[in-house]
Amino acid sequence: MTTETGVEARAGTRAGAAGTAMSTGRAGDRIFAGAARGSGITVLVIVAAIAAFLVWKAIPALRENEAGFLTTEEWNPNAQPPRFGIAQLAFGTALSSLLAMLMATPVAIGIALFISFYSPRRLASGLGYIVDLLAAVPSIVYGLWGLIFLAQHMDKVSGFLNAALGWFPLFGGDSPGKNSIFTGSVVLAIMILPIISSISREVFLQVPRPNIEAALALGATRWEMIRLSVLPYGRSGMIGASMLGLGRAMGETIAVAMVLTFVPGINWHILENGGSTFAANIANSFAEATETGRGALIASGLVLFVITLLVNMAARAVVARRKEFV
Amino acid sequence: MAKRIDISGLHAFYGAVHAIEDISMTIEPRSVTAFIGPSGCGKSTFLRTLNRMHEVIPGARVEGKVMLDDEDLYDASVDPVAVRRLVGMVFQRPNPFPTMSIYDNVAAGLKLNGVRRKSQLDDIVEESLKGANLWNEVKDRLGKPGAGLSGGQQQRLCIARAIAVQPQVLLMDEPCSALDPISTLAIEDLIDKLKAQYTIVIVTHNMQQAARVSDRTAFFNIAGTGKPGKLIEIDDTSKIFTNPDQKATEDYITGRFG
Repeated sequence: MTTETGVEARAGTRAGAAGTAMSTGRAGDRIFAGAARGSGITVLVIVAAIAAFLVWKAIPALRENEAGFLTTEEWNPNAQPPRFGIAQLAFGTALSSLLAMLMATPVAIGIALFISFYSPRRLASGLGYIVDLLAAVPSIVYGLWGLIFLAQHMDKVSGFLNAALGWFPLFGGDSPGKNSIFTGSVVLAIMILPIISSISREVFLQVPRPNIEAALALGATRWEMIRLSVLPYGRSGMIGASMLGLGRAMGETIAVAMVLTFVPGINWHILENGGSTFAANIANSFAEATETGRGALIASGLVLFVITLLVNMAARAVVARRKEFV
Repeated sequence: MAKRIDISGLHAFYGAVHAIEDISMTIEPRSVTAFIGPSGCGKSTFLRTLNRMHEVIPGARVEGKVMLDDEDLYDASVDPVAVRRLVGMVFQRPNPFPTMSIYDNVAAGLKLNGVRRKSQLDDIVEESLKGANLWNEVKDRLGKPGAGLSGGQQQRLCIARAIAVQPQVLLMDEPCSALDPISTLAIEDLIDKLKAQYTIVIVTHNMQQAARVSDRTAFFNIAGTGKPGKLIEIDDTSKIFTNPDQKATEDYITGRFG
């Protein structure tokens, strides 16, 4: 409220100083304020409308569902009676995007640190540009690459991991394959690398010079300076960046749909073929879905939306906990 | 602990810009030397050459010699990181590590030097905070963030952080310019106390402050915009402020320019 008054007061002064029609300035001010407010309200209306639409379309399908929606692994909404549940989809989505985040975050932060503090300036700008270019590659291209190139070579990596680390449940299983959650996660990791890296870089660029000099003047080496000044300052930004990457990985559709081979059932062995995600399942099943099938897919989309929301809220909670020190 | 600094024929550059020209002087141990002069005359740049902080700015370089007793700080075999552990620095704006507690701020330099034992850290943190006249104000809240202190307390925290690693020399770059008069007085008292142990060099814009705290004063000046800064004269503070040799010094301290 106070801001608004301040803005109006300033606009009034300027109109007065100009000496011409005072009301013109006020009208312009009012139109601008109205337009800005209208835009803000439009966003809320759109979000509310989407949510209402999703719920509206999902309810009939959920009514007909003969199985527990949250706990069932099978997905047969087109059968009579329809039986479908999101357990496998939620599992596949969470596992593949968490793996992608775990793989991408350290590399992305390493890239950002190298560009910001280690590389010569000319190399830094070129490298930053190339990393940003990764974000501009359409996801269908990642999907093609993942399917045609990466998957064909992943079976050796998977086989090796399975043989060496098979005692660890995630890497266990009898038949490491090409079109596994693991392969999908690698593709996702590459896709979310640029966003994590460029946001981290932005954050690192904002580290106040005095903080950096404080560490250097104490006799910190470059790495010690990064540890003392840069990483603590950038902590919330890095968490935010990797959460955004996680969100992107969860919603990614086409690349995952192309890479994964659908095998029913939850499988903890990430090196074996199989798995599915919310988005990939929607992309794969929508075309041949019945009315109930579409409702079921929309319901699963609603769940993805809620999970993404929770991820973002969790990220904010983590950031807020450190607030006292930032 | 304190060492003598001998500077001869020192030039500093920022890329192609010649910032300071041909400076030679000797800074005595266990004394306070003040650098005064108009803005842009290179006194801060010169100060930063004394612990090799000048070169952290891209493109910056130095020519000439800075001897700390009998060690040349700019010898090819000398690691700038090691220099900064011997020559501590306090900046214009208090810059405690914002994410660290008061305790961790003071302990930061010690941890860099490999001090890990809790009891030893506790002792040195207490000693340093006492040395910086801050202990009584913060002893009950050592775990609270350093950034939550007042400006003057933060600056004393930074001094505690600098002296915790027991440097040979303490450089201060306008340490009071962001502080109120009461906090300034606290820092000046502290400088007077610290000079018993350290070689102290302070850059200040406040001539009364130079007169109050320093034993020797160096006056720097600049011939014009874009020209390098030069040392005009250095002498006992009492002489500089009453009977300087150079006309420019007298004009500056009497307020005729600057």
